[in-house]
Amino acid sequence: MDFFLDLLVGGLTKGSIYALIALGYTMVYGIIAVINFAHGEIYMISAFTALIFGSILSSVGLAGWGLLFAVIAVSALYAAMYGWTVEKIAYKPLRGSSRLAPLISAIGMSLFLQNFVLLAQTPNYLPFPALVPDVPFPAILTRHASDTQIVIILVTAASMALLTLFIKKTRMGTAMRAVSQDLEMARLSGVDTDKIISFTFITGSVLAAVGGVLIGCGMRQIDFYIGFLAGMKAFTAAVLGGIGSVPGAVIGALILGFAESFAAGYISSSYEDVVAFAFLILILIFKPDGVMGAATTHKV
Amino acid sequence: MTPRAESKHPEIGAGAAPAGAAETAGAFGLDADPILFSDSLRMDFGGLTALDQVSLTVERGSITALIGPNGAGKTTFFNCVTGIYKPGSGSIFFLPEKEKRISLGGLRPHKAAQLGIGRTFQNIRLFNTLTVLENVLIGCHARMRAGLWGALFRDRKTMEEERRMTDLSYAILERYGLQARVNDPAGSLPYGEQRRLEIARALASGPSLLLLDEPAAGLNNQETLELADLIRHIRRDEKLSVLLIEHDMSLVMNVSERINVLDYGRLIASGTPEEIRKNPDVVRAYLGEDADDLG
Repeated sequence: MDFFLDLLVGGLTKGSIYALIALGYTMVYGIIAVINFAHGEIYMISAFTALIFGSILSSVGLAGWGLLFAVIAVSALYAAMYGWTVEKIAYKPLRGSSRLAPLISAIGMSLFLQNFVLLAQTPNYLPFPALVPDVPFPAILTRHASDTQIVIILVTAASMALLTLFIKKTRMGTAMRAVSQDLEMARLSGVDTDKIISFTFITGSVLAAVGGVLIGCGMRQIDFYIGFLAGMKAFTAAVLGGIGSVPGAVIGALILGFAESFAAGYISSSYEDVVAFAFLILILIFKPDGVMGAATTHKV
Repeated sequence: MTPRAESKHPEIGAGAAPAGAAETAGAFGLDADPILFSDSLRMDFGGLTALDQVSLTVERGSITALIGPNGAGKTTFFNCVTGIYKPGSGSIFFLPEKEKRISLGGLRPHKAAQLGIGRTFQNIRLFNTLTVLENVLIGCHARMRAGLWGALFRDRKTMEEERRMTDLSYAILERYGLQARVNDPAGSLPYGEQRRLEIARALASGPSLLLLDEPAAGLNNQETLELADLIRHIRRDEKLSVLLIEHDMSLVMNVSERINVLDYGRLIASGTPEEIRKNPDVVRAYLGEDADDLG
């Protein structure tokens, strides 16, 4: 039973990180039907930003929750700028072209960012500074979860709550939902859709940045390549949940996190990726619209 | 119905365009005060000419109809006005105020909405999963100022603006009898209410010109009568001009002061309902064997 609970918490932690990234995929897809493969790199760059600023800020004496939130804020700002720029460079000029063009552009952007970090930083793993505050969590929590895992889950939950509030309650959030339903109609109603698209990239990037900081805290080492696999997994999660659906992305990410965790625990850790992608294939065969996706019948 | 020679309208076709526009204004018996006019507007899709030298005028404060057989180019005209299409040649001008003339050719759609052109669609296009209130709030976007910064940092100005817009949306919904539905998803409304909601959303942007694309489609006789009243009310209460595409002749003859007839992309007639009813070109082109419907 203890082992099971350990795996459950491990799965929840993994799922949280996947969810933070998957949201960016699903929101962008929901609005412009583009799979932003460069999204994983935003997450990787955020982890590097966190490493750099975390080291700087902790050397000037910042610590505890203040340090963590300061690092998240700086990384989010950086990620927002990257996300905004990626959209303007790689996708905006291709709007209205064939569906393949932005996909190729996305892969190109992804490779560019990976190699940029490889050259500008290092091809090796870098140790990640300790950013998780030393909090005396109640024993009932710490029995099966490390402090880091608790922080990851808490910060993720808070981010999701903020996102939900934002999407449901604000004007910009309403506009995002409107644009994802009918972009042209939103434009005719006076919504500046270019602005909403930019804003969607920014929101997704900020969430990925939170994920990037947290994964650094969790793994304690990062390299330029972490964005690729995490991006793939998050994309899988988004498809699993029904790409375009915000709650779907979270559910898909949690399913994937649990599946990986249990596969690693009960079979072998070398099987976790196999299980993750087997899930993707099975979903694509049996429920191509995902868990939360609306099954659409296309008129022939 | 016997066509009378003296009422036969000259074709306002190729070449005669500016004269046609002037004539329209003159015939209206007012100083020319258009809110919208097109001049030799042309729009091609590949080999198909959807609009051919169309020059027509919408007088400020009028209810003007745009009629014609299917495929005559009516919706294409709307799409040129609202910025969905960029006209091949010719021009469209919008005059929100008498001395303020804005060229619409190739303007981006959200700009057209911000200038004060509201529109509804032939096949209703609501945001179905959004609530009725949210649909109208989207319409308010055109008149809001707060941008990215406000959305991110929720300053007082933004919050106040959002509150003001919510109040405005409630007021509009109440005026058009949808107050009981504010929190229902738009897609769950019955058809007639969806039509009204679409109009309410268009009105939320505070338009001075409202384009209605077949608002009576799918409505029964009673509802069509109510729609005619609604259109008159809107014109009076919101102080705007209406340009209406419609196939339902009873509605067109009932509400419009001015009718323009398109056929194969050309404006073949323009005049009062009485004049149009007696125009032999219109009868031939538009009504075909059902000419009796007009008389």
